[in-house]
Amino acid sequence: MTMAAFLAVEHLAKVYQDAQGRLSEPVFEDVGFGIERGEFVCIIGHSGCGKTTILSILAGLEQPSEGLVIMDGREVVGPSLERGVVFQGHALMPWLTVRENIAFAVRSRWTARRRAEVLDHAQKYVELVGLEGAEHKKPAALSGGMKQRVGIARAFAIEPKMLLLDEPFGALDALTRGTIQDELLRIVQATHQTVFMITHDVDEAILLADKILLMSNGPRARIVEIVVNTLPRQRTRHLLHHDPQYYRIRNHLVDFLVERSIRMQAADDIRSAPAVVSPGLARDDENGETTSEAIARAIV
Amino acid sequence: MKLPLSVKAALLTVVLLGVFLFIWYLATLPVERATTANDEYAALMGKASQKTSGLPTLTQMGEVTWQHLTHPFYDNGPNDKGIGIQLAYSLARVLSGFALAALVAIPVGFVIGMSPLLRRALDPFIQVLKPISPLAWMPLALYTIKDAATSSIFVIFICSLWPMLINTAFGVASVRREWLNVAHTLEVSPMRKAFRVVLPAAAPTIMTGMRISMGIAWLVIVAAEMLVGGLGIGYFVWNEWNNLSLANVIFAILVIGFVGMLLDFIFARLQRLVTYEE
Repeated sequence: MTMAAFLAVEHLAKVYQDAQGRLSEPVFEDVGFGIERGEFVCIIGHSGCGKTTILSILAGLEQPSEGLVIMDGREVVGPSLERGVVFQGHALMPWLTVRENIAFAVRSRWTARRRAEVLDHAQKYVELVGLEGAEHKKPAALSGGMKQRVGIARAFAIEPKMLLLDEPFGALDALTRGTIQDELLRIVQATHQTVFMITHDVDEAILLADKILLMSNGPRARIVEIVVNTLPRQRTRHLLHHDPQYYRIRNHLVDFLVERSIRMQAADDIRSAPAVVSPGLARDDENGETTSEAIARAIV
Repeated sequence: MKLPLSVKAALLTVVLLGVFLFIWYLATLPVERATTANDEYAALMGKASQKTSGLPTLTQMGEVTWQHLTHPFYDNGPNDKGIGIQLAYSLARVLSGFALAALVAIPVGFVIGMSPLLRRALDPFIQVLKPISPLAWMPLALYTIKDAATSSIFVIFICSLWPMLINTAFGVASVRREWLNVAHTLEVSPMRKAFRVVLPAAAPTIMTGMRISMGIAWLVIVAAEMLVGGLGIGYFVWNEWNNLSLANVIFAILVIGFVGMLLDFIFARLQRLVTYEE
């Protein structure tokens, strides 16, 4: 949460108003974290903890009730071409072809460009996500995986400073998901893109993220822990499970989702900065517990 | 017999048409007089020993149809013009009234659809004006416009307005939130958003409204022209009724049906053109 971070999120809270004007309990509050340039950050938490709302606030589509978001030294007050968004339901325009969908974004980013240039640029990104041959198809003729690739290509095509992904692979079958994860990893590694991504999938987080933010359950959800992914950055899906660190991180995350996220909610009178932990590294005491787990236990 | 459904349907259509024509044939058969008491009288009256019902026989109908189809554009003065000319006048009125309505309804519907405030504010007016029979406007139109032909265009305008207005507003208001979010995150200008996102997204709904409007306009023009007189297919029907020429009336009814079908077919095509699959 240093001010120097490329993206700084500070004391974010969201309260909704019902039709009678009464305020709800905050969905989340005091949410703060930082993302460095070129970093891939995933956020994990149960449904209803406000992950999508946080992403919408980062995108500028929603306003926080409290707190602020600063990207690259400037406060985020509305949507911007500097942040590309990949939506949960791909959100392609069904009346445009694959290439036209991407070209629509390109044309929005560079309004003065000539048509041919726009189409060339769009074509480049069609190829980047491996959709050559499908560029003239309408979204309805594509499989779920292909649609989501178009969504990713559209977000990348505007060359944003930051990419926001809202559970992009949630609706895909496991095989397709794996392939697209590999592709995303390859593109991100090649472009050093800064990414913030929501996911439900623990393995996906471990494969892609440098840092994994863990959210407690709502209401009054918070980010309670930041898990540093200590696996080497040049990792692939096929070799991941050969690394002993993988299981330690995985167990840590699953434990959190199954058990601790609920206990953390109960302990919501405790307001402290999220603990930064590295469960992938070897255990550092004889009980087989990392310090942070010991702290967490002490809290509860 | 293993025939495709479409062939079976076509066969059945032909059979039903045959049955209908046969009933027509039977209904218009000459009725033989039972008594011979009036034979002398009949002889005096020429061949009038047979009496037909008022309806034309199939042969008469065929002759009339042939006449009209071979000479659609003849012009023998004010009350005797070919069916083609009458149709052309009706179509011109319908199309100009319809086009004017589209020019008003689509932009206004767009604005209403975009603004929940305007939608609520204008809703009472629309709800009251919509169910009024377009012909009820005729006296007002005649009084203010003082021209019969223009008044009938106004009546078409007013009846085409509502379905297009309501459908456009509905289509625009129900554009998917996620497409608008895409436009927002891409910082698309309001005009570009309107033409590149909202318009194509709402186009199928708008086109449905136009199709309904066109159907209503074609229904209304016949009534309007009966009232207004002068020219047009509606007036033609009324005029031939006054001439007691039922064959001509029946022919005109069929023409109205076929033209209406053709108009609907054209709009169905246009609708398919702008419909997208999700």
